[in-house]
Amino acid sequence: MLRVDIAKKLGDFTLEASFTSEGRVTGLFGASGAGKSSLINIIAGLLRPDRGIVTLDGETLDDTAASVHIPPYRRRIGYVFQDARLFPHLDVQQNLDYGRRMNRLAEDPAQYKRVVGLLDIGALLRRRPGQLSGGERQRVAFGRALLSKPRLLLLDEPLGALDEGRKLEILPYLVRLRDEAGIPMVYVSHDAAELRQLATQIVMLKGGHITAFGGVKVLSVSSEQH
Amino acid sequence: MFDISPTEWTAILLSLRVATVATLIATPLGIGIAWLLARRDFWGKALVDALIYLPLVLPPVVTGYLLLLTFGKRGMVGGWLSDHLGIVFAFRWTGAALACGVMSFPLLVRPIRLSIEAVDRKLEQAAATLGAAPWKVFLTVTLPLALPGVLAGMVLGFAKAIGEFGATITFVSNIPGETQTISSAIYSLIQTPDGDVAALRLVLVSIFIATAALVASELFARRATRRLHGN
Repeated sequence: MLRVDIAKKLGDFTLEASFTSEGRVTGLFGASGAGKSSLINIIAGLLRPDRGIVTLDGETLDDTAASVHIPPYRRRIGYVFQDARLFPHLDVQQNLDYGRRMNRLAEDPAQYKRVVGLLDIGALLRRRPGQLSGGERQRVAFGRALLSKPRLLLLDEPLGALDEGRKLEILPYLVRLRDEAGIPMVYVSHDAAELRQLATQIVMLKGGHITAFGGVKVLSVSSEQH
Repeated sequence: MFDISPTEWTAILLSLRVATVATLIATPLGIGIAWLLARRDFWGKALVDALIYLPLVLPPVVTGYLLLLTFGKRGMVGGWLSDHLGIVFAFRWTGAALACGVMSFPLLVRPIRLSIEAVDRKLEQAAATLGAAPWKVFLTVTLPLALPGVLAGMVLGFAKAIGEFGATITFVSNIPGETQTISSAIYSLIQTPDGDVAALRLVLVSIFIATAALVASELFARRATRRLHGN
């Protein structure tokens, strides 16, 4: 269970958000500039809230009143960025293995095989990120985050940098990820159709505030606004 | 003409040793300071920045004299080091290495700092979300990606160290076999009657070493770039 109740001032913009999520996939929905990325960065620990708390499965990750801030590398929260951010000096296999090595986890060939199969990246293992297409890069980024065995997976518009064709290529992998990987996710998007396919719960952000919260049906109520 | 005398060999080998030691000790220090300057904000950063570049703009004889005052036998640091650790810089080859290290430091740090600044911080963030502590992020992401700059800095530093003259001769003088490097040997030979041929030989040797260093750095940089971009 993820609980967020934070405030953060970023220049003229104020982000104030409070929600509790138990869904498998929480969709963070809003136009660009609504504060989605800042919110997800706070959950990841990359950004510190001015005040408030973040807890995950009962563990406090941020509590400004008690001066608690767990740094990102101790949170075990995976993050898939819009721009993949694969390490250019490592090949795909080394990228996939990075999280396991950094967390000193034992090798898990069964999980490795499952993730590589799930994402269909077995043919790419020896390649460098520079030799991959945008869609391939994003699939490797999913795999890299999954293999670090996170407790929660954050996805920040993972399809945002791809064209329509590529999006349709990746979407089925995400559905499989949701149904088979068993890791709760927070999925950021400004695309209502995408979230309707993936999310089980929606948090709607507008101008730094949560305007709606609930099932996927809240999307249809206000999707005209976006 | 190409019959290098033992004294000349001594100067050549000493130069190589001094420059190598200076570069090897200055490199980790330079990487640390370059990282601090590129990635951290701290009180007095401008001062540190200025101090590092000082040897580049000060007359070398001034730097050499300051080294003598600080690291000489009766200098504040030099006296303590020789009393407690038995490390002596004054009129020793170690002093020549110190002078070369200080003089080459700005040239060594600058490319490293620029290449660290050029490393995408988003990659470092990604590494952190994958569980890498800051020092691991540095060793596995920042440093490998900045490697071409590190190599460039090392070569520049080495080239500067092997040619350093003013600060070295001021600090540790010009003692054959101990502190007489190629540069100071050439200086002595030019002032000796009939020393021209020997001086010319050493000039050729230093041109050879400098060219070899540049070629080596080019090869390293090319290999590193290829490794990074995976072609």
